[in-house]
Amino acid sequence: MTSSRAAKIDRLAATAAHKPTAEGEPQAGGNGPKSDAGVSLAASAWRRLRRNPMFLSGAVIIGLFLLLALLAPFIAPHDPGLRLLQDQVVQARNQLPPPQPGHPMGGDQYGRDFFSRMLLGSQQTLMVAVLATVIGLGGGLVLGTLAGAFGGWVDTVVMRIVDVLLSIPSLLLAVSIGAMFAQQSQFTVIIAVAIVQIPIFARLLRGTMLGVRESDHVLAARALGVKRRAIVFRHILPNSLGPVIVQSTLVLAIAILDAAALSFLGLGAADDSTPEWGQMLGNAQDFFDSQPHLAFWPAACIIAVALGFTLVGESMREALDPRQRR
Amino acid sequence: MLRYTIRRVLQLALVVLVLSVLLFAWLRALPGGPVSALLGDRGTAESRAQLREALGLDDPIFVQYFAFLGRALTGDFGTSTGVSPGKPAMELFLERFPATIELSIAAIVIALIGAIPLGYLAARRRGGWFDNASVVGSMIGISIPIFFLAFLLKYLLAIKLGWLPTGGRQSAGLDATRVTGFFVLDGLLTREWDASLDALRHLLLPALALSSIPFAVIFRITRASVLDVMDEDYVRTARSKGLAKRIVRDRHILRNAMLPVVTTVGLQTGALLSGAVLTETVFSWQGVGQALAVGFERKDFPVLQVVIIAAAMAYVLVNLIVDLSYAAIDPRIRTAGKVG
Amino acid sequence: MALLEVRDLSVVFRRKGEEPTIAVDGISFDVEPGQTVGLVGESGCGKSVTSLAIMGLLPSRGVDVSGSVSFEGTELLHLSQRRLDERRGRDLGMVFQDPLSSLNPVVPIGVQIAEVLQRHRELSRKQARSEAAELLNRVGIPDPARRLDEYPHQLSGGMRQRALIAIALACRPRLLIADEPTTALDVTIQAQILNLLTELVADTDTALIMITHDLGVVAGLCDEVNVMYGGRIVERAERHALFTAPRHPYTNGLLESIPRLDAPRGERLVPIRGSVVDNIPWADGCAFAPRCPNAIEPCWSVTPALVADDGRMLRCHNPVEVPVTAGEGVR
Repeated sequence: MTSSRAAKIDRLAATAAHKPTAEGEPQAGGNGPKSDAGVSLAASAWRRLRRNPMFLSGAVIIGLFLLLALLAPFIAPHDPGLRLLQDQVVQARNQLPPPQPGHPMGGDQYGRDFFSRMLLGSQQTLMVAVLATVIGLGGGLVLGTLAGAFGGWVDTVVMRIVDVLLSIPSLLLAVSIGAMFAQQSQFTVIIAVAIVQIPIFARLLRGTMLGVRESDHVLAARALGVKRRAIVFRHILPNSLGPVIVQSTLVLAIAILDAAALSFLGLGAADDSTPEWGQMLGNAQDFFDSQPHLAFWPAACIIAVALGFTLVGESMREALDPRQRR
Repeated sequence: MLRYTIRRVLQLALVVLVLSVLLFAWLRALPGGPVSALLGDRGTAESRAQLREALGLDDPIFVQYFAFLGRALTGDFGTSTGVSPGKPAMELFLERFPATIELSIAAIVIALIGAIPLGYLAARRRGGWFDNASVVGSMIGISIPIFFLAFLLKYLLAIKLGWLPTGGRQSAGLDATRVTGFFVLDGLLTREWDASLDALRHLLLPALALSSIPFAVIFRITRASVLDVMDEDYVRTARSKGLAKRIVRDRHILRNAMLPVVTTVGLQTGALLSGAVLTETVFSWQGVGQALAVGFERKDFPVLQVVIIAAAMAYVLVNLIVDLSYAAIDPRIRTAGKVG
Repeated sequence: MALLEVRDLSVVFRRKGEEPTIAVDGISFDVEPGQTVGLVGESGCGKSVTSLAIMGLLPSRGVDVSGSVSFEGTELLHLSQRRLDERRGRDLGMVFQDPLSSLNPVVPIGVQIAEVLQRHRELSRKQARSEAAELLNRVGIPDPARRLDEYPHQLSGGMRQRALIAIALACRPRLLIADEPTTALDVTIQAQILNLLTELVADTDTALIMITHDLGVVAGLCDEVNVMYGGRIVERAERHALFTAPRHPYTNGLLESIPRLDAPRGERLVPIRGSVVDNIPWADGCAFAPRCPNAIEPCWSVTPALVADDGRMLRCHNPVEVPVTAGEGVR
């Protein structure tokens, strides 16, 4: 009887001591909304977002690329794996097929239609980003909920590991995770990028949950004797999601860039029959002198998609931040 | 303040300890296990058995871990198998570390010098075209793959225009005396001015590429922070005193607005080291980042091991220093113990 | 000529995509040298905005200030930033509501006082510092030499407000504006700060504009009182007249909602019903009408004018009758 009370008090004390954002929160951390008024906050945030040109242009960019990815198989003029223009490739002179009728962007170093590869590459790139984010979010959700909801030693152990993972530069962490796979593939890239995001999500979620946990309505629910599980799932978790959604949007951008960087470093599918922008960009650099457009298109698309997610994420963060109201 | 320092140093020790556990587990998870990971493809059956013995792989896992910890503490991380075969990984790391530090410092200096004034100006002109343009610019800045930016800079300024060298840390044939391993500094110390200038010319492009992310982030933090501070009551008080514009800006706005920027600089260490892997690769900069990239390609796990542990420690150390200096800048933390 | 003449001062906040808000709606008042004038009203009535407009401290963007603020014959509203900065801190001083947030947290108190002396009295750094210590002493901070190097968070709330007063009075301004200077303080400290202000203002013959929602503060301090409602002055009277015989129903309501020690046990306080959000625009009648116990037909349709009435100014269609027993039980 007494010990459970003591544990409860300890837990309370512990959370008061580690109020969220005490020390440098990784990225989106700090100024997550204190979502006491979850619904009205979300509603007013949405009202501000609808008028924000940054948000709108980001959403349009993302929408266009999603549409492109969906329609790619139908509008791509050629099979991206076929070496249609192979006879125009002269390896020795670094000569590649130039743009020509039927092949508006010419061919790559194997004579494959570059335009079709660009179109289908959108699928692969977006899939890598989405899967990596979903896996990272899922892992972070589990760890963060464990730490944030239970506190105590679970919290301590989880957060120590999270802090250490956070102190390893993201690309280095991704590479070391990639190294654990004997066979490199697109899947390796997804896992590597996802695992890098897990500690960020975990820490963010725990921080906001601790904040929400101390908020008045949760204290009230606790005082009323609501069960812990009910408090966690019905009160704390839903109110902690705002910053996590914002972070996910930003992570989509980061995932695209990280995946491209990993392909550049040679992590990823050795077989490039399935086109992917990061890999195409890396390869195209060898032919930049004669065929700069081969680098331009994948680079422009990567930048555009990453920018789209960043615009949406940043404007959502701004809209959710009560201090930013003007 | 002293207690705070001690607490932070203890935290650092804890991080290193947890990191060693993770690293130990990681080595075991590598394809083929630690023996083939550490020996690479060149291991003979005999050397394998030897290493197996040396690592004590038949001992209980705890004994193995403490043996690993002991070796790590003495700097023994094995011998490079791919980057520079035969050389102890630690030695290789120490040789290359100054190059990466030099590059990172140059990048962060560029970012600070450029981003803070820009962030301040953007905040003062909130909502104007300059503000909007620079905010969108900073978002584009973080959306450019850094290896592509590095490549583009190299292609345009070095290959096409020939203004700057395409890579490396110094021109071939230049006989410079080495003191610290920081090439620019070495030239200054030994009064070999031409060596300093040459090193600086090599440094400029990679540092510029590497500074892109910190530049964008510091710009945004400065802008947001100045916006926050400008709305503070004490800035209104300062204006009510009729103070000169310069004093209101420097003493009342910037001195407060710089506090979050200081923290950000520490947090950018990670981004710098990640970026260094890509930038160094593009510019053949003989640093730790390039060692990691090559090490990954050639499965040189001893080198990867050292680089990862060193990068994490550098990150934690830099942030420790930043937090301590933050405490020195902010009187609210500095004098926290003294309030009666 | 009055020291400060405010004529037809209006402040309108404009926000993109929103209706403009009229915070101050054509108010006029004078402050004579050495006089203490009260500006009283609920939060949101425009009293703080008025003070910021006089000091030129409103943001330039999204805010329209019109009318005239003439200080010793100089029009402040049209002054260039440079000319205004020559007068702020020297001729006009201001004390703010929250002393903690109004002091720079990372600059020592001594510097925050000395900088205004260095700026306006062209003292050297050393002279300014010793003068700052002298000022701290005058506002009743013990051990001033040591306090100079301390930071705001190391001082108590009362001491911070004293330091702010020292800053505002450092150059012996002709006019001091105090915006709710005691609201953020403990009750026991409030009286000390008010006494200090009264003393210093009397010693230096400084005119004072006291902005407050607390009629108790006004009662102890002001020569003349302006009661504001919805951005306009609704009643102006000399202090004694206002307290003994409030004429505007709003003023009357404010007085009646104050608990009094001499009231019989069990007597209920009479709050003013409703809140500021119930206001109707002045253009449609009297903004106070929805909350007014005396409201009559014209109050809902005819805008009342501010007219002279028996030595005071009053904006009301149906004022409170002068009680016969006026004068009894004055606070």
